[in-house]
Amino acid sequence: MSDPAASTRAVVIERVFPHPAEKVWRALTESPLVAQWLMKNDFEPVARRKFQFRADPLPHWDGVIDCEVLVIDPLKQLSYSWRSMGLDSVVLWTLTPADGGTHVRMEQSGFRPGQTAAYQGASYGWQRFFGGLERVLGGVAA
Amino acid sequence: MIYPMTPATTNHLFRALADPTRRAIYEQLTRQGEQTVHALTRYAGVSQPAVSKHLTVLKRARLVRHRREGRETHYRAHPDALAPMADWLRHYSAFWRERFDRLESLLDRME
Repeated sequence: MSDPAASTRAVVIERVFPHPAEKVWRALTESPLVAQWLMKNDFEPVARRKFQFRADPLPHWDGVIDCEVLVIDPLKQLSYSWRSMGLDSVVLWTLTPADGGTHVRMEQSGFRPGQTAAYQGASYGWQRFFGGLERVLGGVAA
Repeated sequence: MIYPMTPATTNHLFRALADPTRRAIYEQLTRQGEQTVHALTRYAGVSQPAVSKHLTVLKRARLVRHRREGRETHYRAHPDALAPMADWLRHYSAFWRERFDRLESLLDRME
């Protein structure tokens, strides 16, 4: 099965938490809990619902992240768009049962879901590009 | 923490690199050095007008530079333009790692 997300991923963080999926899901989807570890928000677990994360403003940044719930599949998957200062990305959370807990995977990719769907099946993957990018950047970042 | 970026530049970059054909053209330039539109067209397997259009998008994102020589236009990669994307990746990697730590301690505190 082709996985459009995998071919376009940019930032991926994975960790196994020694807690049941129900508890992790609450931490990801109950607004007051989300505020405790991520940011203040008016999130509601409803597809197509728009919401905002709010951080403390900085001199050149109003601290607002505009979001929209894209996928809500209880205990399994949660995805929202993430737009900050005009920069679009998509955050995708995936929960899977793991030995003694729950495997949590967060992926933030740098373009909108319509685009990723459009390029589904493209043989030239984003991940591969980033592999090459690291080589190219060797001389840039240093 | 999230810090301000130059979103216009980064958005151009993301859009330019969102297309697999453009990514392939760009990587071909980083691998092979300077190429003519003709050579890139042979490589990309799409029409020359399509390649030219892709090159225009890459130019706007400053990912490629060009020079004319006779009737041919030569393109080369400009990898410095990728720096904002590398910054974006670095800062969100750090951001989410830190938030995962917070999530972990919240889960430990929760009933």
